[in-house]
Amino acid sequence: MSQAVFVAGVGAISAIGKNVAECLDALENSRAGIGHMHYFNSLHRERLPVAEVKMSNDELAQLSGLPTTKSRTALLSMIAATEALTDAGIENLAAFRTGFISANSVGGMDKTENFFAEFLSDNQRGKLRDVVHHECGSISELVADQLGIKEYVTTISTACSSSANSIFFGARLIKNNILDVVVAGGTDALTKFTLNGFNSLMILDEQLCQPFDENRRGLNLGEGAGYIVLVSEKVAAFLKKKPVVTLSGYCNANDAYHQTASSPDGTGSFLAMSGALKKSGLQPADIDYINLHGTGTQNNDIAEGTAIRRLFDPRYPKMSSTKSFTGHTLGGCGGIEAVFSILAIEKGIIYPNLRLQTPMKELPFTPEINFIKNIQVKNVLSNSFGFGGNCTSLIFSKS
Amino acid sequence: MSDLKTQIIAQLNLQDVKPEDIADDQPLFVEGLGLDSIDALELIVLLQQQYKIKLSNAEEGPKVFRSVRTMAEYITAHQSRNV
Amino acid sequence: MYIRATGNISAQKTFGHPPFLAETAEYTGNRLSCIEPDYKTFIDVKLIRRMSRIIRMGVAAAMECLQEADVKIPDAIVTGTAYGCLEDTGLFLTKMVEFNEELLTPTAFIQSTHNTIGAQIGLMLQCNNYNNAFVHRGFSFESALLDGMLLLKEKEAATVLVGAIDEITNISHTILSRMGFYKQGAVSSLQLFKKNPVAIGSKGTIAGEGAAFFLLANEPSSTDYAKLDGLKTFYKPQGVKEIEEHILSFLDAHSITFNDIDLVITGKNGDAKSDEIFDRLQQTLFTKNNTINYKHLCGEYPTATAFALWMAANIIKSGAVPAALEYSGSKENTIKRVLIYNHYQNLHHSLLLISAC
Repeated sequence: MSQAVFVAGVGAISAIGKNVAECLDALENSRAGIGHMHYFNSLHRERLPVAEVKMSNDELAQLSGLPTTKSRTALLSMIAATEALTDAGIENLAAFRTGFISANSVGGMDKTENFFAEFLSDNQRGKLRDVVHHECGSISELVADQLGIKEYVTTISTACSSSANSIFFGARLIKNNILDVVVAGGTDALTKFTLNGFNSLMILDEQLCQPFDENRRGLNLGEGAGYIVLVSEKVAAFLKKKPVVTLSGYCNANDAYHQTASSPDGTGSFLAMSGALKKSGLQPADIDYINLHGTGTQNNDIAEGTAIRRLFDPRYPKMSSTKSFTGHTLGGCGGIEAVFSILAIEKGIIYPNLRLQTPMKELPFTPEINFIKNIQVKNVLSNSFGFGGNCTSLIFSKS
Repeated sequence: MSDLKTQIIAQLNLQDVKPEDIADDQPLFVEGLGLDSIDALELIVLLQQQYKIKLSNAEEGPKVFRSVRTMAEYITAHQSRNV
Repeated sequence: MYIRATGNISAQKTFGHPPFLAETAEYTGNRLSCIEPDYKTFIDVKLIRRMSRIIRMGVAAAMECLQEADVKIPDAIVTGTAYGCLEDTGLFLTKMVEFNEELLTPTAFIQSTHNTIGAQIGLMLQCNNYNNAFVHRGFSFESALLDGMLLLKEKEAATVLVGAIDEITNISHTILSRMGFYKQGAVSSLQLFKKNPVAIGSKGTIAGEGAAFFLLANEPSSTDYAKLDGLKTFYKPQGVKEIEEHILSFLDAHSITFNDIDLVITGKNGDAKSDEIFDRLQQTLFTKNNTINYKHLCGEYPTATAFALWMAANIIKSGAVPAALEYSGSKENTIKRVLIYNHYQNLHHSLLLISAC
């Protein structure tokens, strides 16, 4: 039960790069991936910037090995999951009990909304192949089948904390000796459904988002996928490339305040962060970096910031919201930000919080605005909070 | 104003509430009808759909939606401006 | 671990804990809809107004379960749903298409997220504890159950509320009908297994839906239904031989044989291709076991195993098998251990082992 869970590999695709190396380069050079819609189409294309993966479905299909007719959400997932498994370099994977624990928020919605336009005119119309992967779990199965993972496959959907929860659950399956290797994370492509949903909530920024800024206006939606390969101590001992990072803490708590809004004092965020610290046996002062949920909405940033103040005051770790680069990737963000958190430890780097001009006046701390390298990073806290009050925090540590 | 009350009840799916149950000056939010931020967004769309009035920013909401009377006054003011 | 309480809204009269399946509802046609209670006694009117049918069903079943368990705040809430809140999803999609991405209101979008039901339960209870939602097709409920069982095993929780919720909407029924899932023409639900579907080559199943919740606890109590001993899932088996191996290894892991199982509940759904697997197993593994079916009562849906678990728990608690289950065995009053074997479209297979306390 008490065995450590190691991170053996990482993979990510987002608006700032189709793999981890490209994402890192953009992070180091303060290059955000947010801008006009190019591949995605919506009535709001002139007004709302988004963080697109800069590839067409055909290009993504080619890179992923999946057919171009499949949901973009599956294509993104396949690319990042494959990179993570390749990075882990587990030669005799078939000898281990391997699981795929994925996450997404709206399944194959990008295809469903195409189907729907025709279906509404006549319910005998619309191509069934466009709706057959509507279910969230179906997206995971497309990827698991292609990866050849069969032992355990499941999907979590808790809005914006989805893929933090899939990493959490994956680690527990290893600790409980149910699996030896888990590919865990999540994915989401841009869809009209989510763009219009967030637009109806009036929390989308018409400019590039400014997380944790006094004058923040909202979030930019993004797309992408992030996966990590978690392995047991037994498997870690087999690997040529010895894992140096463990998932040392995690906690899932509920804000229980409102269906979409966070409580003013960030109750759920506080419980998730403090619970993860307790699980890892660390003190607040041990945390070197916080990868913030930091969406850029009025409500999230003040709730998260207030909870951080309550837990960390007066010694604040360095922190930033990488959503200022990638946009908010919903079901993907917990996975992508886990990858960034792990790389921060492995490479001794910390990412800037872009476009921060005026620190929030209610908060006594300011996120990092510069890329920092050659710094000792031992413990990183990654926050993911979502609708329905679902708050999950993960802690990655140098082993 | 009674039309407006009917529209509010329909838009927000206020079950067991009749137009005459809502007083003209009764607060709509929190202590009054108990509406919340999501309802405010629903009311913004109601103004757009029924009266072609677009609230420029969500922060105007609390003032405009304080009561049925304030909503009606806002509608009258902005409709006449459009004419 | 123990099943301390249940709450179930289904196509049968199950809500409010009436005598266990004493009456049966019969359906003609291929769609079994839930018999819904008056929600106002369970849910605040102010909250009901935003809730679609599936959310009301889920929340009410959860509240009934907690009331029976006399637990105010569970240590964790875990839900499973394959399709999520389809009505709200369909509503938002329809408006989005009809109004061409304009004049959209947020309510349906907010309520369409897959964690809505678990979140609403947490909100109503003011429960800040663990809250998770699994959305993996025919494994949705089983994954939620595994999460709950692990939380108890890890001592992270002493009480866990686990539930499964799925709904049929006009849109989903139309689409799944076009995919050929359901029987055509008038069929009586209670006649589903009267003639062996495999023998007559009957195609398609009947659509179902439901909301079933369970309060699982580490410690026994005087009101427990049964013990939940084990759970196993396996994905896409290559033929019956692999299925047999999984079942045998499951029993082996629990140190029992087929002789120790008093009743097998199978997931037959009236479709010849689907039911063939169960018929084969009755000839190879379950040769001496009494078997019953359940989908003639609740219909077929991805989280139907939750209805089977509710049934198994009630059979063990009451010591009786209601007539509706067409039981022909002899050990009626001594059913101490039940095995549930379900599969959904031969993709998602699951085994559940339940025994008397």
